[in-house]
Amino acid sequence: MSAASISTGAHAEAHTHHDLVDEKIVRWYFITALIFLGTSMVAGILMAMQLIRHNPLNGIEIFSAGRWRMIHTNAVAYGFLANGFLGCLHWSIPRLTLQPVFNKHLSWLIYGAWQFVVGATAVGILFGEAQALEWGETPVWIDPVAQLGLLLVAINFMTPIARMKGPMYVTLWYFMAAFVWTFLTYAMGNFMPQYYVGGTSAGAVGGLFIHDLVGLFVTPLGWGLMYYFVPIILKKPIWSHGLSLVGFWGLAFFYPLQGIHHFLYTPIPMFLQYGAVVSTIAVELVVTTVVINFFGTLWGNAGVVKTNIPIRFFYTGMIYYFLTCLQCSFQVTLTFQKIIHFSDWVVGHAHMVMFGVFSMWIMGMMIHLFPRMLNRPWASQNLLEWHYWLSTIGVGFMAGDLILLGVFQGWSWAALEPWDASVDFSYPFWVLRVIAGLAMFGGLLAFAQNIRLTMQAAAKEKAVRA
Amino acid sequence: MFESKSGIVFVAGIGFFALAFVSNAFVPALMYKNIPEKKVEELITPNLRYQFEDLARRFPESFEKAYGTPPEAPEENEKWWNEQCATALRRGHKIYVGEGCWHCHSQFVRPVSNEEQRFGPVSRSWEYQNELQRPVLFGTRRVGPDLSREGGRRSNDWHAVHFYHPLDLSEGSPMPDYPWFFDGSPDKPNERGLAIMTYVQWLGSWLESYPYYESYVPSPLVKPEAEEEAGQ
Repeated sequence: MSAASISTGAHAEAHTHHDLVDEKIVRWYFITALIFLGTSMVAGILMAMQLIRHNPLNGIEIFSAGRWRMIHTNAVAYGFLANGFLGCLHWSIPRLTLQPVFNKHLSWLIYGAWQFVVGATAVGILFGEAQALEWGETPVWIDPVAQLGLLLVAINFMTPIARMKGPMYVTLWYFMAAFVWTFLTYAMGNFMPQYYVGGTSAGAVGGLFIHDLVGLFVTPLGWGLMYYFVPIILKKPIWSHGLSLVGFWGLAFFYPLQGIHHFLYTPIPMFLQYGAVVSTIAVELVVTTVVINFFGTLWGNAGVVKTNIPIRFFYTGMIYYFLTCLQCSFQVTLTFQKIIHFSDWVVGHAHMVMFGVFSMWIMGMMIHLFPRMLNRPWASQNLLEWHYWLSTIGVGFMAGDLILLGVFQGWSWAALEPWDASVDFSYPFWVLRVIAGLAMFGGLLAFAQNIRLTMQAAAKEKAVRA
Repeated sequence: MFESKSGIVFVAGIGFFALAFVSNAFVPALMYKNIPEKKVEELITPNLRYQFEDLARRFPESFEKAYGTPPEAPEENEKWWNEQCATALRRGHKIYVGEGCWHCHSQFVRPVSNEEQRFGPVSRSWEYQNELQRPVLFGTRRVGPDLSREGGRRSNDWHAVHFYHPLDLSEGSPMPDYPWFFDGSPDKPNERGLAIMTYVQWLGSWLESYPYYESYVPSPLVKPEAEEEAGQ
């Protein structure tokens, strides 16, 4: 399983892996991503501790739970997911297209610029400069830099895709669309409600922004990478090309139409709300075809999930994905919205998709790639198992806990119980959520320790050879 | 088209995005374009002025430190109060956003789930057409109650103590303390404290039936025992 044997794939006559892939930048992106994930989790735990009134840092301005809640979501979106994806893209795009990225120096410039954006966002939020846009709290003065960064990312990765000859694999459809969408989404969400439209229409744009950030940036990159890594690890083609087409075009058409479903029962016109509801239910059908396609691919090799940890992470993520989307097709209906809107149900849903699906996928890809880059197997199989089980059970537990709590909260509010009642009975659920969060954090620590041991062993071996 | 680069970039990438943008963002923007967007200065009602002047009476030293003393001449005096009130509102809004208040308190009352009885009149579009709803603060989560009809519901004293240490007034509240809005004790709000209180007292002050709450009518909430007795 050495790097050399992997790089001599089917088409690699004229190109070697090392001409194409800058492994160093992949590693840097991964390590940075994990540092931000750790930061985000600490922030999340801080907020969770605040809810159970045991925040040790309560009353200290810079550690205010309200500000750290925004650090939590932004660090995950821009620090962890974006960096993790960029690392994976630096590996997969050159290998798929057999073309290097547009410019290797530009890659490093983007790396630096992106960390600046994320760091500046964190500093801005900590000093009370947040923008009132959920998931876009990046202070307004950083928005143009981030926008430029996204443009450079698109140029750097679209060039090899544009230069490539011959038919394009599914992965590249998703990637190309994602580069266009992410750029447009960021521009729309961060500038329109701030400068061009106000009030209710800004709410519609804000809803579309939160939604598109998940659906048009995270989702297509995530699925594109799954279409790339799953067949490679299983050493067999994807089950149905036809279903891949349905999945991509269905997502592209229906997903963006749903933004308003985040603000049902607001003053946004009802006919637009109905449109968003219908297209949300439609996308659930599309999602089902994609999940069927992947399970069709696994069919006959299901034993691999026991032995191959990355595949286990990927398919666990897909099960969570299906559950999240199924849940979504219910919660989007006006009937469910009456009860669950504003409640912890939504928080449970968000964790299930952001951690249960996309973070699991990124961690799975990291587990797949680190040994190839370090040219040696993982130091501890045991720690990998701990990482997997703590993450999987932790997020499942957290989502289940919060979703159930959300139903109770919604009914309590609708029944006009005093507000305090909903806070009081939430307490035990919030305690369980802290425990689940700590389990997920424990999983990350196990992973970090494993990376450290493996890197140390790799460095030692290098020293012995030299 | 389905597997070609141009098909993916132009149809899926730009085309479908544009379609969604038109239907989900541009249509509502067009529908509300005749509701004029108000500047902060236009948002100052007598209700709000009353609360702002109340702050000056209750916390005279803090107020003077933050805003100075009003001029004597009547017309200048009136202008001065409105200007300071606008400054406080803008600043209060920035603090509300920067502290992430809007992540635990929504600002819209839905026409379902008895929210009208709990909070007050259902939110209407025109209420959001102003500078302080840019970007709009609907919110997506209620750990604490909705605040869009909070103004006038409680006294400034209550808010001062509550911001300083919420548990003193709301038993079991998970809301964080905000001691940095004060110079050491709840009776000494600093400029930030005065601003955030002005902002909170502004919420809902534009409604005709202001304030909608307990101090004017007995609690609109029916107690469970009373409900049983009435045989409902």
